[in-house]
Amino acid sequence: MDKIKFATVWLAGCSGCHMSFLDLDEFLFDVAEAVDVVYSPVASDIKHYPDNVDVCLVEGAIANEENLELLLEVRKKTKFLISFGDCAVTANVPAMRNMLNGTDPVLKRCYLELSDDSGQIPKDPHIVPELLEKVQPIHHIVDVDLFLPGCPPSAQRIKDAIAPLLKEEKPVMKGREMIKFG
Amino acid sequence: MSVNTLKIDGIDVAVEAGTTILKAAKQAGIPIPTLCHLEGVSDVGACRLCLVEIKSNPNLVPSCVTEALEAMEILTQTEQLQEYRKMIVELLFAEGNHVCAVCVANNNCQLQDVAIEVGMDHTRFNYRFPQRDVDLSHPLFGIDHNRCILCTRCVRVCAEIETAHVWNVAFRGAAAKIVSGLNQPWGDVDACTSCGKCVDACPTGSIFRKGDTTAETTKDRSKVEFLSNAREKHQWTR
Ligand code: SF4
Ligand code: SF4
Ligand code: SF4
Ligand code: FES
Repeated sequence: MDKIKFATVWLAGCSGCHMSFLDLDEFLFDVAEAVDVVYSPVASDIKHYPDNVDVCLVEGAIANEENLELLLEVRKKTKFLISFGDCAVTANVPAMRNMLNGTDPVLKRCYLELSDDSGQIPKDPHIVPELLEKVQPIHHIVDVDLFLPGCPPSAQRIKDAIAPLLKEEKPVMKGREMIKFG
Repeated sequence: MSVNTLKIDGIDVAVEAGTTILKAAKQAGIPIPTLCHLEGVSDVGACRLCLVEIKSNPNLVPSCVTEALEAMEILTQTEQLQEYRKMIVELLFAEGNHVCAVCVANNNCQLQDVAIEVGMDHTRFNYRFPQRDVDLSHPLFGIDHNRCILCTRCVRVCAEIETAHVWNVAFRGAAAKIVSGLNQPWGDVDACTSCGKCVDACPTGSIFRKGDTTAETTKDRSKVEFLSNAREKHQWTR
């Protein structure tokens, strides 16, 4: 059997879900046995998302143009997309700026009010991705095949979700251990 | 005392006349999810989570405010009911601003609990991201309207058990909001005795003790029932 082509992406999240993934400890050996990591901020150096990925864990909400572009690319090139962690599933903390009405209040607060006198709002269209007006969970933009909530999902929860997938079975997402938010 | 006999999910149940379907189901060991129901205060049927099906009645009814009558045949777990309950919980999450990861009630929240119970792993509805405020004017407690699900448990416990009637529901539709006094800051309402019953009654992290940070809030869920039993049945211990 060919190895499963496996990827992880990090969008608007704190990378905590990826850290929790690394907490899988020795189970990572089993994962490594079963998959080829073809793209990942923590397990690969490849810069462009490849074609024909089997399974991808997507961490983070969609907060800027780069997140959006990458998510669309990931969806197009991936068979089984997992919404990984509360930021991906609910938009979570990154979406708390939605209540402030637009990006201006956040940018001004971060880059002007809290800076010393030299503060300026970063603006360089091809280098710094523009913030989107509204932060969204990923399933509001693309189809998602599995939701894996948690902030972060515990290593045990990640394991219980991934282990069946390695055997090409769908995990049962039920009960406090598997689906509690937060 | 007259007794009504009926069937709930095929189980024969006999209850005192005047008993609600929710209580009858509990007696039969059949769990029905609830949110606005709180033992010890009156029921209002606000959340609709406890909906059940009665044979020969085309409408679903909220079991917390419907009497269990003679010869009723009730179903509590049909596919339709389970789907509606899940939708209700998804709508509650989409309606307010629930960020469990940074909430005082994380791990101790009845909205989280029912989300798990109905099997919700995401919401299909668009989040509203409403602009709501937080009132920290009370010396001991705070209310964060972002997490309020308008169950009115605080309103009822304060009016019926503490008899201070600090809380009320003001405005309509999407603007509906729990207010203290005459829509004043909570800390300015003289009627509040600072008894803390609304803190324990609130199912979510909306009303909390000041100083609690993420996941620190604990709530004494059966306190209100105990107080009402003490008053009405003179059960002084629990
Ligand atoms: S009130 Fe409950 S559901 Fe809402 S954010 Fe807090 S823990 Fe989560
Ligand atoms: S602390 Fe007691 S009196 Fe004050 S609002 Fe809450 S229930 Fe009412
Ligand atoms: S503040 Fe709490 S108890 Fe009061 S209506 Fe809101 S959720 Fe219910
Ligand atoms: S518990 Fe019956 S409607 Fe809320």
